[in-house]
Amino acid sequence: MAYTYESYDVAVVGAGHAGCEAALACARLGMSTICFTVSIESIALMPCNPNIGGSSKGHLVREIDALGGQMGKVIDKTFIQSKMLNQSKGPAVHSLRAQADKSEYTKQMRLVMENEENLTLKQAEIVDILTEDGHVTGVVTHTGGIYPCRAVVLATGTYLRARCLCGETITYTGPNGLQAANHLTQALERLGIELVRFKTGTPARIDGRTIDYSQMTEQKGDEQLVPFSFTNRPGDIERDQVSCWLTYTNEKTHEIIRSNLDRSPLYAGVIEGTGPRYCPSIEDKIVKFADKDRHQVFIEPEGLYTNEMYIGGMSSSLPEDVQYQMYRSVKGLENARIVRNAYAIEYDCIPATQLKPSLEFKAIEGLFSGGQFNGSSGYEEAAAQGLIAGINAAMKLQGREPLILKRSEAYIGVLIDDLVTKETHEPYRMMTSRAEYRLLLRQDNADLRLTPIGHDIGLIDDERYNRLIEKSDQIQREIQRVKNVNIGAGHQVQELLEANGSTPLKTAATLAELIRRPELNYDVLAPIDPERPSLSKEVTDQVEINIKYEGYITRQLHQVEQFKKLESRKLPQDMDYSQIRGLRIEAQQKLNGIRPASVGQASRIAGVTPADISVLLIFMEQYRRGHQKDI
Amino acid sequence: MVKDTIAAISTGMTRSGIGKVRVSGSQAIEIVDRIYKSPGGKKHLRDAESHTIHYGYIYDGDVLIDEVLVLIMRAPKSYTTEDMVEIDCHGGVVVMKKILETVIKYGARPAQPGEFTKRAFLNGRIDLTQAEAVIDVINAKNDYALASSVKQLRGSVLEKIRHIRKNIIGSVAFIEAALDDPEHINADSFGEELKISVDENIRELQKLLDLADNGRMLKEGIKTVILGKPNAGKSSLLNALVGDERAIVTDIAGTTRDTLEESINVHGILLNVVDTAGIRHTQDVVEKIGVSKAKSSAKDADLIIYVVDGSTALDENDMEILEMIRDRKAIVLLNKIDLNLVTTKAILEEKTHHPIVEISAREEQGIDALEELLKNMFFDGNLSFNDQIYITNVRQKTAIADALESLKLVLQSIEDQMPEDFFSIDLMNAYETLGTMIGESAGEDLIDTIFSDFCMGK
Repeated sequence: MAYTYESYDVAVVGAGHAGCEAALACARLGMSTICFTVSIESIALMPCNPNIGGSSKGHLVREIDALGGQMGKVIDKTFIQSKMLNQSKGPAVHSLRAQADKSEYTKQMRLVMENEENLTLKQAEIVDILTEDGHVTGVVTHTGGIYPCRAVVLATGTYLRARCLCGETITYTGPNGLQAANHLTQALERLGIELVRFKTGTPARIDGRTIDYSQMTEQKGDEQLVPFSFTNRPGDIERDQVSCWLTYTNEKTHEIIRSNLDRSPLYAGVIEGTGPRYCPSIEDKIVKFADKDRHQVFIEPEGLYTNEMYIGGMSSSLPEDVQYQMYRSVKGLENARIVRNAYAIEYDCIPATQLKPSLEFKAIEGLFSGGQFNGSSGYEEAAAQGLIAGINAAMKLQGREPLILKRSEAYIGVLIDDLVTKETHEPYRMMTSRAEYRLLLRQDNADLRLTPIGHDIGLIDDERYNRLIEKSDQIQREIQRVKNVNIGAGHQVQELLEANGSTPLKTAATLAELIRRPELNYDVLAPIDPERPSLSKEVTDQVEINIKYEGYITRQLHQVEQFKKLESRKLPQDMDYSQIRGLRIEAQQKLNGIRPASVGQASRIAGVTPADISVLLIFMEQYRRGHQKDI
Repeated sequence: MVKDTIAAISTGMTRSGIGKVRVSGSQAIEIVDRIYKSPGGKKHLRDAESHTIHYGYIYDGDVLIDEVLVLIMRAPKSYTTEDMVEIDCHGGVVVMKKILETVIKYGARPAQPGEFTKRAFLNGRIDLTQAEAVIDVINAKNDYALASSVKQLRGSVLEKIRHIRKNIIGSVAFIEAALDDPEHINADSFGEELKISVDENIRELQKLLDLADNGRMLKEGIKTVILGKPNAGKSSLLNALVGDERAIVTDIAGTTRDTLEESINVHGILLNVVDTAGIRHTQDVVEKIGVSKAKSSAKDADLIIYVVDGSTALDENDMEILEMIRDRKAIVLLNKIDLNLVTTKAILEEKTHHPIVEISAREEQGIDALEELLKNMFFDGNLSFNDQIYITNVRQKTAIADALESLKLVLQSIEDQMPEDFFSIDLMNAYETLGTMIGESAGEDLIDTIFSDFCMGK
């Protein structure tokens, strides 16, 4: 029997990392919001690796925070180890990664969700999306409840028609044995949405008491902590950290795997979904990189109140008996007891080329989606899309322009542009090499890039915004100052230079010129810079980066200028590209399929050539002049 | 940095009275000013008013290139509505090409096919009704450029560029894999190793650049076929023109069984010469293939050079060739004048209306006269081919020069002890620039290489 319940502005389907950010953003932007999940205990669950951040993913978390999202704040509260990766490399690739206490993470996010004004949580499986005239009007639960709403954000993660594979054993569940969502797929297909099947996997969890750590290398966290959230200072997040441990597979491990490959669902052809190349299962690694005699294995704690340890690097879908042999062949795991088996999971998701850059479906107004449902992988990628989908659902209902971050503005912009423009054949993971302007998109300046945008949107309050403006002014003033301060070749100066392994000055130089020398930095020059104002480390870090890498940064800024020219040329959404004479057939088909929002986006579609773009530009000019006459 | 001022030769590349090189874009006047000298040496084009003509000289540094008239048109009153400069120089392939190259060297980039017209249209200079015509121009020119830029590259050049690109992307993939997965892959002090391979790539690109200067990077020029009976001296002629022993020369009739190709630069005119097996009726299977190839090459040649063995009498094979070249553009060479002539110039003059040059390929006599004849035929317009070739060559050359520049920036970054992630930026620029040259876009190459070469794992 169907009942109609109270209506909401926005319904969010799923309460994983994408769903949480989407629901919180909508609620905070004043939308009455309801968030559905199959299990309230599993809000913001981390069913795979017990960490947040890492190379380029750390950037995403900082950006989420700079825009007013939640992930950074929750991980700052619940991490049990933290590291800044790539510290010996340039500032653009420094990336924060923290080990999370998984159950604490879930609890803290649940606390935020449950106490957010305008937000209702509901445990229910959504089985249908209601539409009228290509326009979302509500959602239906498995118990027949109809919830009228004006916008929907789909964030179903890996739950749609999920099945888990452990050797020959197949269970029809979502991650961690949770209930799968088996009905929504059909409803989506009825709405004309195309679905594909992707696969991912996770390693076993082992009882920590059965691991011999004395045979492994200890991996400690950093002493100097950096928070994910720009609202926290290092002092706010200090705590005792726990260690991770490093060990290796060996020839014996590989032999066990090789001789059991026929029992792997992947190699036996049972798995239909496409898996990611960047986190291959251990059987993939051994087949593909046959010449490597060992692979790293990271043993990572799942939390402070559990003995379960995550066996990083050894995800697998081999049968349980093979898993035992395989894990126990690794040094230090000889007596290991498996608490949870490794498994592969298959699920329905969409080619995100069906979405606009705002993450709204092109064909269905008011229907948005984010997260693994969009063909991505990773908690951080999911959260980033959830945040943008939530913001844009609210923008839509408020009659405001959608938030579309450019590739030159944020990793989030790169992520979403790639998803909606390129046809991905595997779960998409963020990588630093995907960001062509990465020198500008650093994790250290995410607030300078995005907090003003978050403030415009309405997720950042005035106080935080004003603090940022003050910081930004201080940085600019100090950059100007160090460029203008002249340092003479005096005795004290030469001594300081020599002490730091730097060649003495022949003539006077500016302070900026000295900062630029590889062996020097802003701090060591303090003794010869008596006029230096007292500034916070976050300000002086920015000054140093901007001065030291000025040449490279300026070049990227020039490239961005060029990039923006094509980006600003918008394309009408109702254009029939097959009517454009001079476009090659392949280009016509690709453009009709993807319907890019701008000429810039069109230029990134595989199969569209520079000559096609020229033709498109000519056509657009023709179109523009034609329409001017109409007015 | 993206260069947005474009340049191209806008007249045909034959010996017309004058040739025009056009430059358009915000820096057009400034760039030409850098290479222009007035007779008194005091005038600067940047001070010139719009629509004025200036007499003077074009210099590349201290080297005088040509005496010219320079026409200044300031925005918006020009074809493209941008600042435009037109350099009227003495016609002739070599001069025009040199001026174009100089303009590019001082900051412009070669125009894309149809780009002047495209700019004129986008800037509102061309009427709406002509939009379709504009698209046709762009497509036609682009099709040609695409076909020419890749297909005309010599196989060995293409190979080399592919090799260099593969090497570059391998290095970038290593750096990027290490950045993405620092706990599995370590790129510390990769700079030293990288320096060696970048140095090597720079040397290779430098060689290609020299090749481009000789016009020998492209395989197409004036498609020239050398015909003649077996042992008439075709291969010796080719050797004399090329200056090395590429074609096998023996006294045994029928040695050249396959067709050989060689590009020869004669006074700046590029001849793409096909040496063919001699034409005679043969039973030898291998040679038969060679002979039929020779006949088919001759069919689509721009120019046929027919070598007559003066030491023997004309026979039915000669008659067949003379018949074949009757309505074609051809030169008849009377070879072996160092021996006793059985067939003389007078005998040949009765049989053909084509110009006849007496030579001894073996003794390299008469080669100068042949070269002179070729040059005159070309400049008088009796001999022509698609002149876009030179433009293609300039475009290719610019791409190589830009890639070289990027690789030098990589060396600079290594020298400055920059962290490894900075190397990727310019390496990728070089990779992409070389890609445009051979018609390959970067796409997902990097990500694919990372995953295929490195075991990334969580």
